[in-house]
Amino acid sequence: MREFDLVIIGGGPAGMAAAIAAKKQGIDDLVIFERGDELGGILNQCIHNGFGLHTFKEELTGPEYAERYSDQVKELGIPYELGTMVLDMTEDKQISIISRSRGAETVKAKAVVLAMGCRERPRGALGIAGFRPQGVYTAGTAQKLVNCEGVIPGKEVVILGSGDIGLIMARRMTLEGAKVRAVVELMPYSSGLKRNIVQCLDDYGIPLMLSHTVIDIKGKRRLEGVWVAAVDEKNTPIKGTEEYFPCDTLLLSCGLIPENELSKSAGIELSPLTSGPTVDESLETNIEGVFACGNVLHVHDLVDFVSEEAVRAGENAAEYIKGKPSSTGVPVAVKPADGVRYTVPSRLYAESAADSVHIRFRVTGVFKNSAIVVSCGERELFRKRGRIFVPSEMQDIIIKKDKLSELDGDIEVRIEEAAK
Amino acid sequence: MTRELTCIGCPMGCELTVEVENGLAVSVSGNTCKIGENYARTEISAPVRTVTTTALTADGVPVPVKTVGNIPKEKIFEVVGQIKRTTVALPVKLGDIILEDAAGTGVAVAATKSVGS
Repeated sequence: MREFDLVIIGGGPAGMAAAIAAKKQGIDDLVIFERGDELGGILNQCIHNGFGLHTFKEELTGPEYAERYSDQVKELGIPYELGTMVLDMTEDKQISIISRSRGAETVKAKAVVLAMGCRERPRGALGIAGFRPQGVYTAGTAQKLVNCEGVIPGKEVVILGSGDIGLIMARRMTLEGAKVRAVVELMPYSSGLKRNIVQCLDDYGIPLMLSHTVIDIKGKRRLEGVWVAAVDEKNTPIKGTEEYFPCDTLLLSCGLIPENELSKSAGIELSPLTSGPTVDESLETNIEGVFACGNVLHVHDLVDFVSEEAVRAGENAAEYIKGKPSSTGVPVAVKPADGVRYTVPSRLYAESAADSVHIRFRVTGVFKNSAIVVSCGERELFRKRGRIFVPSEMQDIIIKKDKLSELDGDIEVRIEEAAK
Repeated sequence: MTRELTCIGCPMGCELTVEVENGLAVSVSGNTCKIGENYARTEISAPVRTVTTTALTADGVPVPVKTVGNIPKEKIFEVVGQIKRTTVALPVKLGDIILEDAAGTGVAVAATKSVGS
């Protein structure tokens, strides 16, 4: 059985950054397992620009951002195995893989970094009435078809959900000659970045229909059109507002879910809030020596934050391999409170924490002129004001370790709204 | 005249208020950095965008490309059209110029990925 100090599952932005970080910490016996036929993961199909502003202080496209990391992986001589699917993982870090070149194999690792990314919410999970014709795709599938396979899935398009991939695909399909009739969003706000509404919809005169949803899909063999209706505050369609859009393609951009089948089989505890593993401040899961980072942990909006998080996971995995004891002391829970949907980490070992601790989270709605407040009982640990907090932007706050001494209870993260 | 814009310079998406006189921005507020001010001035007088799309090889393999800088917004479809009519020979390296001058804008188009090496 092959044995490695460190196995990294996934060769996308998280896996590559974690591998590079671990290698730089002196871990030479490592490997990346990637199921695709190249490194880079989802970045390879994200040919639009906007990546890397934080990391490289310039705007890169997805493939450019990926190549900066894959070049480093190659220069540092980090082994990676492509076309390699990880099928199973056990609590004692035995990992079953399969590939054309090596067949089925089980390997063993001292430490593991989970970097499997996330998956799109499919039609079956959305509960849309109607037939099951051709022409209904997730936005990311359409993106792969157009950008990597050179195939245009349709000519007349409606997009359900205003996540960033949906917005980006509205522009992409338009540039490829398709007519995008509308982007339909259930919520009263878009879940995508504002810049993408401007440069992907407004630039091309594509309407964004907020508080609307697709209520019926027409067409037996091929999609013929969709019925769209306005919804009330309980997201129930309002009678009399139905509108029919003829189209041959419906793209779904309705959220991303961390891909944790492997984590489950290894007995890793998952958070119902993020669908990713619960981790402590070192990004270690409930299984010692197994770390998680990137979209498998919680869905990010910026790859820059994925890379930064993955560096920490890679470095902490390296420390673990070199014999640093895992987190010590008694953990306190980190809990989302008013206006906060989740937090990563969800537990914190103040005693063994690094000098500064990241807490990442998303807000539950749009908050203007409000403050992020972190507290432990009556004690305030952190406060930061902001002009606007929106659910589409992940928040990243850093608390100095000296603020975390002698915690006597759970930590709460909340949004304090300005007095109206 | 006052115009409201959303800055596309970074993911923050600052809401800008621009005072416009004779087709030019005379004052910009709401921005949190210089990018926002520059964006507002250009957006009012002559909006520009970076274009990303794919060019195809003779075998129909897509190669991702971008304009190496901004082009006038009204030229987007012309630029994409010219890229579509261009055939890329493999191998290409990231940064290789696919088109010297996209649709008379003076801006080049470059591959954003190494393919077929």
